[in-house]
Amino acid sequence: MTSQAPPAAPVQAVPPAAPRAAVRPPRWVVPVAGIVAAVAVYLAFRGAATLPHDDDAAPFRFVNDVRAWVDANRNQSPVFLFFVNYVRLFIGGLYDTFLLALQAPGWAGLIGIAAALGWLAGGWRIGLLSALGFASFGVLGLWEASVATLALVLTAVLLSLVIGLPLGIWAGHSPRLRRLLSPVLDVMQIMPTFAYLAPMVLFFQIGPASGAVATLIYSIPPAIRIAALAMEQVSPTAVEASVSLGATRRQTLFKVELPMARATLGLAVNQTIMMALSMVVIAALIAAPGLGSDIIRGLTRANVGLMLPAGIAIVIMAIVLDRMTMSAAARPPYPVTGGRARIGPRLRWAVAAVLVAAGLALGRVLPAEFPEEWVLRFAAPVNEAVNWAKFSWYGVTDAIRNLTTEVLLNPLQAVLTGAPWWLVTAVAIAVAWRTGGLRTAVVAAGCLSAVALIGLWQHTMETLTTVLVAVALTLLIGLLLGVAAARSPRFAAVQRPLLDAAQTMPAFVYLLPALALFGATRFTAIFASVIYAVPPVIRLVEDGIRNVSPAAVEAALSCGSTERQLLWKVRLPLARPAIRLAANQGIVMTLAMVVVGGLVGAGGLGYDVVSGFSQRTDFGMGFAAGVATVLLGILLDRITQGADRRPSPRTSDRTTTRKKRIA
Amino acid sequence: MRIASRIRLLAGLLTVGLAAAGCGGATVDTGTSSAQPSAGAGSSAPAAGGTVKIAINPWAGYEASAAVIAHLLEDKLGYTVEKKELAEQVSWEGFENGDVDVIVENWGHEDLKKSFIEEKKVALEAGSTGNKGVIGWYIPKWMADKYPDITDYKNLNKYAGLFKTSESGDKGQLLFGDPSYVSNEEALIKNLKLNYKVVVGGSEAALIESATQAQQQKKPLLFYFWDPHWLFNRVELTRINLPPYTEGCDADPKKVACDYAELDLDKIVSKRFADTGGKAYELVKNFKWTNEDQNSVANDITNNGMSAEEAAKKWVDANPTVWAAWIPK
Repeated sequence: MTSQAPPAAPVQAVPPAAPRAAVRPPRWVVPVAGIVAAVAVYLAFRGAATLPHDDDAAPFRFVNDVRAWVDANRNQSPVFLFFVNYVRLFIGGLYDTFLLALQAPGWAGLIGIAAALGWLAGGWRIGLLSALGFASFGVLGLWEASVATLALVLTAVLLSLVIGLPLGIWAGHSPRLRRLLSPVLDVMQIMPTFAYLAPMVLFFQIGPASGAVATLIYSIPPAIRIAALAMEQVSPTAVEASVSLGATRRQTLFKVELPMARATLGLAVNQTIMMALSMVVIAALIAAPGLGSDIIRGLTRANVGLMLPAGIAIVIMAIVLDRMTMSAAARPPYPVTGGRARIGPRLRWAVAAVLVAAGLALGRVLPAEFPEEWVLRFAAPVNEAVNWAKFSWYGVTDAIRNLTTEVLLNPLQAVLTGAPWWLVTAVAIAVAWRTGGLRTAVVAAGCLSAVALIGLWQHTMETLTTVLVAVALTLLIGLLLGVAAARSPRFAAVQRPLLDAAQTMPAFVYLLPALALFGATRFTAIFASVIYAVPPVIRLVEDGIRNVSPAAVEAALSCGSTERQLLWKVRLPLARPAIRLAANQGIVMTLAMVVVGGLVGAGGLGYDVVSGFSQRTDFGMGFAAGVATVLLGILLDRITQGADRRPSPRTSDRTTTRKKRIA
Repeated sequence: MRIASRIRLLAGLLTVGLAAAGCGGATVDTGTSSAQPSAGAGSSAPAAGGTVKIAINPWAGYEASAAVIAHLLEDKLGYTVEKKELAEQVSWEGFENGDVDVIVENWGHEDLKKSFIEEKKVALEAGSTGNKGVIGWYIPKWMADKYPDITDYKNLNKYAGLFKTSESGDKGQLLFGDPSYVSNEEALIKNLKLNYKVVVGGSEAALIESATQAQQQKKPLLFYFWDPHWLFNRVELTRINLPPYTEGCDADPKKVACDYAELDLDKIVSKRFADTGGKAYELVKNFKWTNEDQNSVANDITNNGMSAEEAAKKWVDANPTVWAAWIPK
């Protein structure tokens, strides 16, 4: 990356000359020589030492044997009898309880309760939003499925918080625990959601329980991370004061630290819910109940009209829960004295009680099931519209798809799968070394050799190809829009709400338009992952450019630089840490989406995972593919984060990494 | 001291847990939601007969059969039906823990039958659906007219160039459907030394769309498909002759080099459902119809804008004599 770094910006202090090398070759010599060497070796050894895919590789058979053992011993082995099966029972029971509790008040009652909770959290606006949002589940004809999804989300979130918050709070106090947890959470966060479905089925079988566990694994890292962050942010003076006044540790924690960290802890809850919502959809593949099932149904029938209502319902649920938790977290913990008059607590609760009672009373009058006449059915017109778009844009979409496939995907894939495996590994090690030093290089070597060892080299290279193309497009679009937003406040104002909405949407939803327009191909996955990953990239780039020190901009302007020079020589170079962070986010998100794209023809590892849990003979391969995606994720994450950590004249500030954790 | 009390608490919890399951630990079928599949698990619906959980595999023919059974169960026998959108092989796992009661259209799966019916004894065969099923490789008829010798698999390599796409690279494309479908494609290509690549379309819909286009726009297409299917009434297709099926030639999935067998599609139910399902089980067992029946319902679902429920109702209203025989006395 550094090879393309522009010459030092005009305003920047000249970096101290390296002490030993008096005469040094220009900086580009080493990378260019490396590239030339790699190309030469590739041309010489093309087609040799490739690792073609074999469905029957030894590691796959081994996993199949493990599965056979588990299948045979599920009712005999003490590990299952006394542990795994209990976990499954407990979580299944919890889900049933939530489901019963949500069904008990009837649909009108539940809308009343949602309105009351919204009101308590953030006043009439949020109350109204919640009521309308919940009512829309019925109008979309998805009441039952939405309630099931909500129950599953609540189960997973409750467990995540019960485990995650204490762990996070502990980690906030103990740097050692944090160091221990950090790599584990890293892996959990870059692990594509698809990867752990097969192990879930193996241990917990299909059904709500395994769906909840999968969701739990996915949603717990933000709970832990943000809780730890919340503890760190509590002012040390306050803690000091409390301790010196003789408070015990318990008192300090409960009376000082937790109340002071309330807003950030609220954010932890919020993020956990958001993550859980995007996972429950995917969990439908292992028979988790709810809206996901409708989306899968639409996907397997390529029927947008079937899945659109479910997609909308998920988005609405996300928005309602997001706004509710955010405003609850933002409320001051104690009534503010002075200032404008606030509604007293007693009145607040009274209004909430009235809302609940109204809902329950209406429920007595209205039919028990959401009335069929109120349901809005629009599957047919949607399908017509999709067919129209497909038919009339066919020339354009087909051309875009074929061009990308022929010009970018196929050649790159031919190179990656046709090159000897040791050459690809060597190049990866070299890149990792340059961006992140020795440790990153070791990680890269380890990941790639492990991928080769578990027999998935070729498919990993195919997935890598798709990811690289998608990331390139994502970064290109993200940079363009991010720069545009940073330069024009008006453009930014238009774009912001769109980005907000895009970021609340669960990943799966993006498959819809992609599938509608492009059918099931690799390009479909690329298209979906670009729209999935672009919003955070835009945001990070925009922030990065905006935060460039005004003094530097001023100085450049006073030296007479033009707008263009200002952008290329000052703003972009100074925003480099943010742009690298954007690249990192883009890559991790793209990988996750490309793997999910296995459902819509993306091939590679994602497809192995899909066929792994739908074909028993492929179980081993699917399991291994899950591991390979994780390895690929670690590799890409380390290389790009390594770039972020690399000492540079402008040491990247810590806050950017912190932001990433929260994002 | 503190730790000791914690351990005691933990031990106490464990004891309670163990006692709950009769000290024998928890087997996979222990559980509230699955103990009584037909005793009204869904509390909200005041169903007379209880709940039947039907797996829905992802193709229209299956959905058609399931929709008709579900309609009769709900409308004529007063059961509640829970439809579970699941892939073929995943559905079988549901027999074990009670998540699935019925698979209404099973395509062979001798290995699963051996494992779940013979070894684990959690499932039972519930008789034929009356449908004859056969999987094969198809091309649009115009191709067979234009290249008469293409229908022999031995000549496929000669024509591989025709089937090239951007997804298959320099090989011919063999379009496949949903990843969960019964498939010998990879093995067939390898063992018959064909210069083809399996490209996964991802769904039945992708196959139908490609086949329709192939006929209308005279585009070459080689694809995986199956009968019974309504598509045969709309698009003229010709089947490729693979080496004929012989008993046991598909025993080892990695070594298959022969065509698919013609299957008598059948219904599979969980053991528990067979024991306690009462009339619902009787109905499922009696269900038997023709390929034409299934095609008409599937056609309504896919092409006439009807939901599965509407299409099932239409068929039920039109064919009272057929289903009257299924209703248990």
